[in-house]
Amino acid sequence: MAMTKHTLVALVEDKPGVLNRIASLFRRRGFNIESIAVGHSETPHLSRMTIVVDGTTTSVEQVRKQLDKVIDVVRVSEISGDDMVNRELALIKVKATSTTRSEIMQIVDIFRANIVDVAADSVTVEVTGDEDKIDSLFNLLRGFGVKELARTGRIAMTRGSSNPLQVEREPAKPRRKRQKNVD
Amino acid sequence: MKMTGGQIICESLVREGVEVIFGILGGAILPLYDTLPQYPQLRHVLVRHEQCAAHAADGYARATGKVGVCFATSGPGATNLVTGIANAHLDSSPIVAITGQVARPFIGKDAFQEVDITGITLPITKHNYLVLDAGSLARTVKEAFYLARTGRPGPVLIDVPRDVFIEEAEFHYPAKVELPGYKPTLQGHPAQIKKAAKLINEARQPIIIAGRGVIISGAYAELRQLAEKAQIPVVTTLLGIGCFPESHILSFGMLGMHGMAYANMAVNAADVIIAIGMRFDDRATGKVSGFAPDARIIHIDIDPSEIGKNVRVDVPIVGDVRIVLKELNKLITPAQHVDWFRQLDDWRKEHPTMTIRDNDGLLPQFVVRKIYEVTRGEATIVTGVGQNQMWAAQHYWYDKPNSLISSGGLGTMGFGLPASIGVKIGRPDNTVWCIDGDGSFQMTLHELATITQEKLAVKIAILDNGYLGMVRQWQELFYGKRYVATPLSGPDYVKLADAYNIPALRVKHREEVVPALEQAMAEPGPFLIDFVVEPEENVYPMVPPGASLTEVIEEPRPEAKALSDSAVLPISNI
Repeated sequence: MAMTKHTLVALVEDKPGVLNRIASLFRRRGFNIESIAVGHSETPHLSRMTIVVDGTTTSVEQVRKQLDKVIDVVRVSEISGDDMVNRELALIKVKATSTTRSEIMQIVDIFRANIVDVAADSVTVEVTGDEDKIDSLFNLLRGFGVKELARTGRIAMTRGSSNPLQVEREPAKPRRKRQKNVD
Repeated sequence: MKMTGGQIICESLVREGVEVIFGILGGAILPLYDTLPQYPQLRHVLVRHEQCAAHAADGYARATGKVGVCFATSGPGATNLVTGIANAHLDSSPIVAITGQVARPFIGKDAFQEVDITGITLPITKHNYLVLDAGSLARTVKEAFYLARTGRPGPVLIDVPRDVFIEEAEFHYPAKVELPGYKPTLQGHPAQIKKAAKLINEARQPIIIAGRGVIISGAYAELRQLAEKAQIPVVTTLLGIGCFPESHILSFGMLGMHGMAYANMAVNAADVIIAIGMRFDDRATGKVSGFAPDARIIHIDIDPSEIGKNVRVDVPIVGDVRIVLKELNKLITPAQHVDWFRQLDDWRKEHPTMTIRDNDGLLPQFVVRKIYEVTRGEATIVTGVGQNQMWAAQHYWYDKPNSLISSGGLGTMGFGLPASIGVKIGRPDNTVWCIDGDGSFQMTLHELATITQEKLAVKIAILDNGYLGMVRQWQELFYGKRYVATPLSGPDYVKLADAYNIPALRVKHREEVVPALEQAMAEPGPFLIDFVVEPEENVYPMVPPGASLTEVIEEPRPEAKALSDSAVLPISNI
């Protein structure tokens, strides 16, 4: 299942409407997007988007190129493969009675997840991990009755010290001959 | 120094070299218009529908290579621009549209004449802006023009609230643009160019498919050098017509749904295809799975997302066409492909397309042929969409660079007349003929008023068959001749032109054609001719939709014979 998923990360300008532009692009090009997660990046005024694409039905290369075309998108990189760390966070509100509560807590412990809220007939579980881990926990908790589920979608980063989205904010020294813009 | 938003915009437009603006004003954009008289360098052309402002700006841009500019007010003015903007987007035409918007406190409140034009034009602009303070206007205008004309050109829209036109700010025109997310690649990758050169040098049956990218890039000389050095035949897309002289011995016409049969056969038989500045649109390729099955494809284009989008490509080269070809030509060895040419010539003789059969009634192809002769092939032709467009592409020979201006990607009926307004203003010393259909003409005929008001010597030829011709053809060939909603009545075009103070003639017979054309050419101002043509004439050849390029339907009437006594045909297209 995970083999057909492709992860793209993009640095986009932090301007109003950028998320709309990108969502609009996916809709009109018919790209099959599994999840999008957006937040601040290490560079001021730039946000980082992590996009998971279903590779079987959508050409990932086209997604990357079309994203690159959007003026507000500064960098796009595909980081699928084993050299990536990917995580997701989920909040799961599970039905819990006095008899089932301890069993739920045991499962939560095994998954190194946390209980962040307790009510008379439910508990809310917070879990972080890759999608498989969250899927497994969710499937186990379903037996008890899940009232609510909220997932953030994947965020991802390459392993090692390189950053495929490296962006210099100061005008860079030209690495090769300056291209005259064809006016 | 402090200026109002309106003044900042006008000053910025002047700095960008703008000389003409097409538009219609309204309440939201009135403050900007009020500033125009302070800038006499900016000529404003009042049109009669904002769609035509966008088309005129588009035509102007294609004719001059500059960025076309159009203005519209908020609400309905802005929405009327949408078709014209989408048209410019699909054909990669550089225009900047400035729309008024309701004042800032009213945005998002369904105010009078308010519409979210930036939201509406998101998918059909290269980029768009909603400017919320006068201090950003100068930078926005500079960016807009830069985006419109560089890389793959396209339309850019700037939406300005009414109170921003009035607000004052320091005017400072930036020296450079700061667009970290926009860096078009102009130089082709040297390794890719080497790979391409190797393929070309080893090819036995190479062919060049040239598109509008050659015209945008101005790569006429470089394309010619490549073709002549390695003796490679050149076919063009519809919008590529005018990138290579059609009288040249290496020119093999247009490919595609209504292209020449021999052009389609050549593409199908090629072993190396050099695609230059074209995007493998479905009208050009036919069924993609059947397109050039044995060919290795080299694709040179400035837009990386076009490469590999429709067709599998063997050697992609991202870059500006002229710059890439310059480098590529250095690596090409001179060659001859005698057997290949013999085959192509045989096909050309076996599948003649340019013969016009003898007919009692007036044939539209005949009219276009005569326009070619009377103008000696030196006019700029602007077309409508449909059968009129195809005949204009087929039966006029375009030797001069960039002499056919037509709506390809969007196929907008009604493009012809307003675009020819922009073309004529951009090329005042050139003869401009608008070859239109009666259906297309009726969509924007109100612009005859603009032609009269601006005193533009646009010549108009209406191929009047009383039908929405292209659709009727499809109904005849694929829908059992059920002519649903295609018979089309229209006004008496001669009386209509007269009502607009434009001289006009009606032509019904072959012998009247040339005298009418000559009278039109002699007239110093505009002229309209209503050619009443054979009503159920079809455009051939035709590749049916969903078929591959080899499944061409050719002229079915066997008695088609050349009008060789009156037609002056360039050598290569017999």
